[in-house]
Amino acid sequence: MYDVLIVGGGVIGCSVARELSRYVGKFVLIEKENDVSMGTSKANSGIVHAGFDAKTGSNKAIYNVLGARMMEELSKELDFPYRKNGAFVLCFDKKDEGKLKELYDQGVANGVKAEDMEIVSGDRARELEPNVSPEVTAALYVKASAIASPYEMTVAYAENACVNGVEFKLDAEVVSIVKKDGVFDVKLADGSVLQAKVVVNCAGVYADVINNMVCDKKFKIISRKGEYCLLDKKCGGLTDATLFQLPTAMGKGVLVAPSTHGNILVGPTADDIPSKDDVDTTYEGLNNAFDKASLSVPSLNRRNIITQFAGLRAHADVNDFIIGESDVENFFNVAGIESPGLSSAPAIAVDVAEDIAKKLSLQVNKSFNGKRKGIPHFATMSDEDRQKLIAQNKLYGRIVCRCENVTEGEIVDAINRPLGARDMDGIKRRTRAGMGRCQAGFCTPRVMEILSRELDKDPTEITKFGKGSNLVIGRTK
Amino acid sequence: MVRKMICISCPLGCHLEVDCSDMNDIKVSGNTCPRGKIYGINEVTAPKRMVTSSVKVNGSDAVLVSVKTSEPVPKDKIFECLDVIKTISVDAPVKIGDVLYENICGCGSNIVATKHADKI
Amino acid sequence: MKTCDLVIIGGGPAGLAAAKAAYDCGVRDMIILEREAQLGGILNQCIHNGFGLHTFKEELTGPEYAQRYIDMVLERNIPYKLDSTVINIDKNRVVTYVNEEDGLQKVQAKAVILSCGCRERPRGAINIAGARVAGVYSAGTAQKLVNIDGFMPGKEVVILGSGDIGLIMARRMTFEGASVKAVVELMPYSSGLNRNIVQCLNDFNIPLKFSHTVVDIKGKDGRVSSVVIAQVDDKLKPIMETAEEIQCDTLLLSVGLLPENELAGYADVNLSPITGGAVVNDKMMTSVEGIFECGNVLHVHDLVDFVSEESEHAGKCAAEYIAKGCGSSEKIPVKGVNGVRYVVPQIINKDDDFEPISLKMRVGNVFKNVEVAVMLDGEKIASKKKQIVTPGEMETIVLKSDLVQKVKNGANVEVTLIGR
Repeated sequence: MYDVLIVGGGVIGCSVARELSRYVGKFVLIEKENDVSMGTSKANSGIVHAGFDAKTGSNKAIYNVLGARMMEELSKELDFPYRKNGAFVLCFDKKDEGKLKELYDQGVANGVKAEDMEIVSGDRARELEPNVSPEVTAALYVKASAIASPYEMTVAYAENACVNGVEFKLDAEVVSIVKKDGVFDVKLADGSVLQAKVVVNCAGVYADVINNMVCDKKFKIISRKGEYCLLDKKCGGLTDATLFQLPTAMGKGVLVAPSTHGNILVGPTADDIPSKDDVDTTYEGLNNAFDKASLSVPSLNRRNIITQFAGLRAHADVNDFIIGESDVENFFNVAGIESPGLSSAPAIAVDVAEDIAKKLSLQVNKSFNGKRKGIPHFATMSDEDRQKLIAQNKLYGRIVCRCENVTEGEIVDAINRPLGARDMDGIKRRTRAGMGRCQAGFCTPRVMEILSRELDKDPTEITKFGKGSNLVIGRTK
Repeated sequence: MVRKMICISCPLGCHLEVDCSDMNDIKVSGNTCPRGKIYGINEVTAPKRMVTSSVKVNGSDAVLVSVKTSEPVPKDKIFECLDVIKTISVDAPVKIGDVLYENICGCGSNIVATKHADKI
Repeated sequence: MKTCDLVIIGGGPAGLAAAKAAYDCGVRDMIILEREAQLGGILNQCIHNGFGLHTFKEELTGPEYAQRYIDMVLERNIPYKLDSTVINIDKNRVVTYVNEEDGLQKVQAKAVILSCGCRERPRGAINIAGARVAGVYSAGTAQKLVNIDGFMPGKEVVILGSGDIGLIMARRMTFEGASVKAVVELMPYSSGLNRNIVQCLNDFNIPLKFSHTVVDIKGKDGRVSSVVIAQVDDKLKPIMETAEEIQCDTLLLSVGLLPENELAGYADVNLSPITGGAVVNDKMMTSVEGIFECGNVLHVHDLVDFVSEESEHAGKCAAEYIAKGCGSSEKIPVKGVNGVRYVVPQIINKDDDFEPISLKMRVGNVFKNVEVAVMLDGEKIASKKKQIVTPGEMETIVLKSDLVQKVKNGANVEVTLIGR
């Protein structure tokens, strides 16, 4: 019997797991995919919002401001990429400039420090970010805005939860949850049943399905698809700050932002779709994202796109985060976590873990170690550190991904650490091998070979992202 | 009857016209070298192709060693030859030019290694 | 810091030929740095024949051609390091590389030859929408998997792009038992060699669909399950009404090669936006003194024979530079105009040796019955009549010594198409 069972291995599930591991108890996180960070957490803008955007008093506003304040410290503790880069909300029409002031006031009301925000002229914005469109008349400059690597943050949370004793069950899809005599029976697709005193629903776009299995009070999660284009690092200089567009009658704009690794991200579109799994990119979506982004930065060039992707935002019909114990005792929801979900996650996780600990009277885990050291990143080290690292382990002297300068040492580390990578995409998220401009053209065969060797699997069993996505179908001879 | 074709003897890819109204006196035009003439005639009488593939090699760092037919083989025998090539497996070391299989499918062509494979 | 007269980055056909030529011109203190576990570069996976007719007057397969040059390097005892990746070069020609044995090393070179080849344009670069599943490979990656590693990427294949690698892989996959459903080409013509269309597609009745592109990739259970192709209009925009779905488990992309010039960028080498390679003079020297480029990193070639020729020239010029330093500073630009998309070298660096200069060029479209001509101050000084010129085939015009002598400082040198 588990004290707590968490459904979903996104940034919410993993952060709740990590915060729970500060207490003594038997905790398990179950995830239907073969890795953590496989849903919304791997495909979003990676923005740590300052907190001016959400309606004052909403869960979104409260947790955003709290979470954003925790993020820098957390990124050091858990060793994931984070950078305070600032943001501009761009206004393209004099008539709309009043809306910038509204955002500013809302920010102050939400708890964003007034000195972190400033309404600036279009010229001032262009002085700070020279590639901003000449059409921009004014902007809200938000110094407190930051960026983080969402999947690396999720992996970091998960690894730290894992070493602090949380059990992770991957490839584990929930088919039913029944509460009997105060205990939840959680049945998995493989037929096994897990029992838990508390269930935390962090199932992303599937949170409604999970909730509606148990609770009388139903809700609906709408999948809102967002498509992105990622540009070559050589365009990294296009903007240092995140460039939002002020929502207009034409709809909500798209952003142009650097990633923590120096690429430029363009997107997302916003389309409500019936499917909870459809992350296909579309011809129209990609054009749409790019055209809109070009309004902010006219010099964006399609030729520099290296890849596209899409993610699904979990939009709750109540239009706010659904956080806390549901109408069924000991069943907690952390649902509808769309933007600013990443920014809010650290604060949400602390609150949810505290609530559960109180409820179950959990003792403080004295051996909890919140510090996590990530994979050393050869590409961003000094030459001296590189030299030392290769002297310790020769595998760091073998470059496997030539575009991102990822070494075999890093790939082996990614596989062998707690909750290690099991497939190509897992390697990619943890090390960046295959994330560069050739998009894994050169390193695919090598990474396959390393995965096969380290996992002691036949190369034909190596997948891109789990079951069925085998890279090759057999041998030629 | 005139057949138009592109010569594949070399990367130049000459556009040939092969007049085969008299099969005893086939006329080729459009070629820039004598190989084009031979190609044109062969193509209407007995088309042939070089076949390149690979065979399994044991005891080397490499898993495969690349091979070719020593001479072009009849076009309609390509897949028959490939079926035989699939069954060949050799032990390292292999040197470029080593004959790994003789007279494949009775075509008079040998299977020859096109790459070294050192023994580990 | 270690020093070295000549560091050659890349041990493929370009680097090997450059090394051989530099050695023959007297350079001894040199090293080839190769990132793969063997010399020969991409030729090792090009196991088909068709190489070497110009260089060796016989038809060789890729590995055989590579071995000829590897042997030349071995006979000369030219040092090389395998599994060694160069991660930086600066404009003072300090080369930083890493490998298991040496760790991270910096070498101060007198001259550097960049011969690190090109890479394939990936799916993302051409915005193909659809599922992000397994089974989408660039043709070269598939070639490596099939020919070197012995794996089958799939059994029902659609190929986008009729460049040579795409055509060659259509046959190769067919030979290994796969069914190639179609080769789809965006343009109304192929950028591959005609002979490859004949012997790789026509021989096996593989349809080649011009003016078509892939508009959607559908996936099921983690793999590609079909692709949707559609005809494009004359602006290359897909006409969705013409969409048709083809069942397949694999999509191979042969949609262009891009010179891999990140290292050149670190050294502040001027790059051409057209070729993607460095801007070089007739000595193959880039805008940074002592840094040379040759082969596919400079501009993408169709035939390895021309890579070897160009690289031997680069090796020879690097040797001259090491011995004598920089020659004349008179720089005369060579421009491609009127349908000629680019010319390499882009600059003639006048000196007194008047060696013949080989001008290589590509056109921007298919033109029939034209004369490719070199114009000096409006006067035709050399030309070549062609029944057809296509973007897929590189043309070469050699300016002989007497013509080179005529090119004076301040001259206007253009390569143009007459009769288009």
